Amino acid sequence: MFRPSTRQNLPSSSSNPALEVKVNKRHSGIGAGSSGPSSRYPYRLNFYERPPTLDITLEEFETFAIARLRVLSHIESLSHRSLPYPQLVSAIQSYTKQHLPLSSNTARAVNLDEERRRDEIGHWVLRLAFCRSPDLRARFIRSEVALFKNRFESDDVHERAAFLRSLEFDWQVVNESEKQTYAEQLKSCMWGQKDDAFKAESWFKVPWYTVPDLVGSRRVYVRAGMAYVPQSLQISLVLQAFSSRLEKALELTAKNLPRLDEDERLGPVIDHLASSFLSGIGATDYQPADGSGNGSAVTAEMVDDVARKHFPPCMRNLYERLKRDHHLKHFGRLQLGLFLKGIGLPLDEAIVFWRRMYGSTMSDDKFNKEYKYNIRHSYGQEGKRANYPPKSCQQILTQNQPGTQDSHGCPFRHFSPDNLITFLSNSYPQLERSSPEMKEIMDSVKSTHYHVACTRVFELTHGVKKGEGLGEGESVGHPNKWTDRSRELERDVLEKIKKKEDSDEMQVDV
Amino acid sequence: MVDYDPSSPQVMNAFYRRLFPYRPFFLWLNQDQIPAKLFTHREFAFTLVGDVYIRYNSFHTADEFKKEVVRLNPSRFEIGPQYSARPRDRKTLAAGALQPQRRELVFDIDMTDYDEIRTCCNDKKICRRCWGYIAAAVKVLDHALRETFGYKHLLWVYSGRRGIHCWISDQSALDLNDDQRKAVVTFLEVIKGGKEQAKKVHVRGGKDDGDLHPALAEALELLKKNFVDVCLHDQDCFGSERGWEALLSLLPGDRDVIGPLRSNWQSEPGRSSAEKWGDLMSAVRKLKKNQFPLFRKYERAMEDVILQYTYPRIDAEVSKHRNHLLKAPFCVHPGTGRVCVPVNPDLVEQFDPDTVPTVGELLNQLDKIQVEGTNGESVGGQRKVEDYDQTSLKPYVEMFEKHVAAVLKDNRSARRAAHADETRSSTWSSPQIY
Repeated sequence: MFRPSTRQNLPSSSSNPALEVKVNKRHSGIGAGSSGPSSRYPYRLNFYERPPTLDITLEEFETFAIARLRVLSHIESLSHRSLPYPQLVSAIQSYTKQHLPLSSNTARAVNLDEERRRDEIGHWVLRLAFCRSPDLRARFIRSEVALFKNRFESDDVHERAAFLRSLEFDWQVVNESEKQTYAEQLKSCMWGQKDDAFKAESWFKVPWYTVPDLVGSRRVYVRAGMAYVPQSLQISLVLQAFSSRLEKALELTAKNLPRLDEDERLGPVIDHLASSFLSGIGATDYQPADGSGNGSAVTAEMVDDVARKHFPPCMRNLYERLKRDHHLKHFGRLQLGLFLKGIGLPLDEAIVFWRRMYGSTMSDDKFNKEYKYNIRHSYGQEGKRANYPPKSCQQILTQNQPGTQDSHGCPFRHFSPDNLITFLSNSYPQLERSSPEMKEIMDSVKSTHYHVACTRVFELTHGVKKGEGLGEGESVGHPNKWTDRSRELERDVLEKIKKKEDSDEMQVDV
Repeated sequence: MVDYDPSSPQVMNAFYRRLFPYRPFFLWLNQDQIPAKLFTHREFAFTLVGDVYIRYNSFHTADEFKKEVVRLNPSRFEIGPQYSARPRDRKTLAAGALQPQRRELVFDIDMTDYDEIRTCCNDKKICRRCWGYIAAAVKVLDHALRETFGYKHLLWVYSGRRGIHCWISDQSALDLNDDQRKAVVTFLEVIKGGKEQAKKVHVRGGKDDGDLHPALAEALELLKKNFVDVCLHDQDCFGSERGWEALLSLLPGDRDVIGPLRSNWQSEPGRSSAEKWGDLMSAVRKLKKNQFPLFRKYERAMEDVILQYTYPRIDAEVSKHRNHLLKAPFCVHPGTGRVCVPVNPDLVEQFDPDTVPTVGELLNQLDKIQVEGTNGESVGGQRKVEDYDQTSLKPYVEMFEKHVAAVLKDNRSARRAAHADETRSSTWSSPQIY
């Protein structure tokens, strides 16, 4: 994980108009402990029109951005999974509550200002990271709009109304006489609602292209280029305004970014954020689930069994290759070796494992000379003694692209569609060749959402409900997480059986 | 009379040298006298003889464009969007730097989409009779685009064989992004579903029992007459057993209504479509008193039938993306030799595709003039007399010029307003980063 070098002083002439955030080592603890909205953040919702002009620490700069990035990429992967809308909403809500909480004014025992400051700074930092290409901008806007929508819908009614008033939209209100003129047409767009509803409703008149979603679904009356939007569909207007303003602002930022004369401590952070969003995952290193617990250690003998039950497709592929050819190329060894370390294969077992896999194709002498070193190296026992973490999906997807003889990489990305289908249906009997599920997986692959495809495979092979992913809707972002979750599920099942047996026994006893 | 073959390069070359109306064509795309980005950053794609396809051509001036057209002598060419840079420079640009920006909003209606409901022709053929469908489509689409969406500068162009294109040059139409284009299309699109789907009209919400959207209600009113004229009388859509079974499959399956109708029609297969529609109407009318909900159901279904048989079947993909290429007006259709001429939407019902000038006829007319007109050189009036002025292409070019003049006028006043705005706001124009 990237750690910015914390050089002490900034040039005091902060000629940095893009981000009026003075990076400062001092911890800013504004209004610590106080509750209730302050004048800076009167509302929970935010259109992010004013850049934050307060001091933040370098660490906050990064952590706030990463927190938000996590939420955004989670939203993105959720939105590609065609969940029913209520399920999507609750999935987003539970995830944001955990990673980026934002409470309403009435919330107690919460530091509102701190939450809102976090939210705001995260947003502005990510703007810098995502303004660079049209593609990044579009994805950023989509996720931000989804997040805003989610918050908007869950916001307190009165606070929301106050917030909207504060934005001072110049929507033209349709007056009573015009309303009567088009009463017939307006009513027929309300789809079977009562006359009372019509009387109580009021309309805004806006150029139709500001609400393309409402026009596309024929939910509004359109005349002479103006769409008549009822109050009840106001959210479309708000979201449209939010996204178009954000889009303009991002384009402007992109234009001016080169002129930023950027502080070299921020640049790498920003680069890193953008690249980890591209692979669809918030950047995180894999932390092995506490090796001591639950007897999760694996011996060389157990690998074969674990592979059959718990390996994600990429590792499954490498392992099958190794078993068949008694050999793997360098990056394949690295990818599989680090992964095995991650699932709890200790160094001496790893040496046994690899020795056994190479089998008779290699003399002991050669193995000891050429291969043992690398294994020890990857366990941090040689060279600079760095304990390398297992590779994440992001790294597998983007680094060291496999050459013609290589078998490492991500099957979803690096296999041809035909081979992928064959591979999946051979490795996972639950996946049938021409099933609708397979088609769904291939569709995700086609749209380059590899982690979505992989997550779906996990769900299907583990009898997990669609959208659950690795638990609470998390998608596969690391091969080891797949295996951990898979083994955890197995343990749960075993425990259940055991409990059942116990209770059966007791019944027998009675 | 010489028999000019439209597939011969010499014929096409003569057409491009002498007949293609470059000046109005340039002004139409450029919307200004001086070459602007709308022209210089615009993509042109040429189809050469032997199906060689050259994309990403762009030109600095109208003259350069003409020279290249004459040199390449394409069998047809297409117009794309204005890009963020000159398309011809694309190889020197950074990846992703060539983005489509502005483009006329376009629509394409093609007769092939009507094959299941036309009885006179099929496939590539088209006759005066099937044009009735196109005429109905143009009427409805023209109305919707003008009244609902408020556009003014619509150019309808015969595609040379069996379809029609519409180009909208309003400023607000040029500026639409792909999402917005998609919204217009889904708003206007009513006929959906493939071959395996009988009922292709679902415009009444989830339960298929809502009111029609006002815009569709207007369309329905416009289409009722066409339905009677074209589908019932001319095409006799429900004449054959296949035809009336198709009709019955679109209606609610109430045995007491459908049963008698079917046996009635089977025993009397000679009943015309109009008579059958009448039978249906009277059967449904009987329901009004005692079974009002069922009556409404049938009434709605019959409205949907009218829509399914007459509502414009637009080729949605053409309109959705700015970078979709569409054949230029005044091209020659390589198969028929007919020129893609503008069509007046108010007179679209009288339009006969068979009377559209072909490149052969036009060249013959030119030959005649040259023979007769050796002493006609003293025409030296104000305006240079173009060759096409002396052929039957003239009225079409004039129609085009009139359209272009209106577009230019609007663009001028829009720019003047924008300019005024700019000078007003120039006080704080220094760039600000957010």
